[in-house]
Amino acid sequence: MSTVLEFQASDLVPDRDAVLERLGIPAGAGLSERTEPLYAAAAGILAESAAPAGALADITIAEFRAVYDGEGRNAPRSPVADICVHAEHLALFAVTLGERTSQAVSRCFAEQDFALAYVLDAMASVAADFVADLAERRFAAMLRERGWKTPDGAVLRYSPGYCGWDVTGQRRLFAYLKPERIGLVLTDSCLMKPLKSVSGSIIAGPRSIHRFPPTYDFCERCEERTCRSRLRALAAAGS
Amino acid sequence: MGALAKVADAVIRGDPAQVAAFTREVIRDGVPPKEILDGGLIAGMTVIGDRFRVHEIFLPDVLLAAKAMYAGMDELRPLLVRDGIPSIGKVVIGTIQGDLHDIGKNLVGIMLKGAGFEVIDLGHDVAPERMVQTAVEQGASVIGMSALLTTTMPVMGEVVRLLRERGLAGEILTIVGGAPVSDAFAREIGADAYGFDAGNAVDVVKDLVGRR
Repeated sequence: MSTVLEFQASDLVPDRDAVLERLGIPAGAGLSERTEPLYAAAAGILAESAAPAGALADITIAEFRAVYDGEGRNAPRSPVADICVHAEHLALFAVTLGERTSQAVSRCFAEQDFALAYVLDAMASVAADFVADLAERRFAAMLRERGWKTPDGAVLRYSPGYCGWDVTGQRRLFAYLKPERIGLVLTDSCLMKPLKSVSGSIIAGPRSIHRFPPTYDFCERCEERTCRSRLRALAAAGS
Repeated sequence: MGALAKVADAVIRGDPAQVAAFTREVIRDGVPPKEILDGGLIAGMTVIGDRFRVHEIFLPDVLLAAKAMYAGMDELRPLLVRDGIPSIGKVVIGTIQGDLHDIGKNLVGIMLKGAGFEVIDLGHDVAPERMVQTAVEQGASVIGMSALLTTTMPVMGEVVRLLRERGLAGEILTIVGGAPVSDAFAREIGADAYGFDAGNAVDVVKDLVGRR
């Protein structure tokens, strides 16, 4: 199965705390009285400019290994390599907000509305992740429709550029998924255009396969640490 | 409140209209442009920078203040040019070839300008040759490079290599930054400095300029 996912701009509900975190505002603090109106202004621009779309394709474990191995630049050991062999279902996905939101950010900068540009950019990044979450949920729903009933099953996504999956892995991912059909292209340097886009794999299987200790070689240098919050959310969803 | 303090205060409050109005007022009063710049506009941004450093305010507030400062600079720039008053330093910035992300680079540029630097922003996807050539032509003392992709990081090393090849290392200094970039990477490619965020980049560039 290979499909185009349709979303509405009204589907976008970027989490405020996540937006503030991207803005460098710590938990417990908030926007100042002067900057608070920027949030609503940015949300308005996002709703007007975003054209979210996605591409999704099933893939076998063997095919995925070939995509994942990419150009041989992955870390020698990585969570995705360890997890995918236990997957019951796998898919590749890519989602994008479209070009107009990035253009709106650039326009705000050009017009010296720096603060608005910055808030909008952060909000768009969170929104792109949110659309990736929606793609993950759609895949989970499709699996359930097909009869996937693994007790304590969980569906999680993983992206090139993180957790030892080298960003050059995008080339094979794009070759397999063909997200050009949703207006998403890959540059020579493996950058997705439009910028506000997310791609990767979605892995379905028992919840336990997604749990891993942060003891891989690259974990020490990792500043993202988003795997920890994802695993916490996974544990909470399963409890 | 003195006239220059009013300019600084309007910058701190992030009010472009008032900054422009007060700047025009002090220009009319015959205050020398350099004094307006240092005692009004940069003084205001310095307060903002200090508050930002201690996490009293956050980047959106800094950017509102920067916009206000720019409104004052628009009034002041013709006079600074007329009087031949140099900036505290000239910096060429750009996102490196192959990379289109420019938010971080933009923030660095805005904050450098706020600190009184002249910034030549080459945008994104900038070839190493263009970085070096522009710095030479413009008489810049620092090149600031940003990369958000591991695939484009090595291009920063190419800029450093070109500067060395042309005998410009030490004359034109380099600072690198971006999410995957680290201090260790900066040392590895021979860059002169690494900035971990926009605020830090300004401090580092000040230090680099002071070293020359």
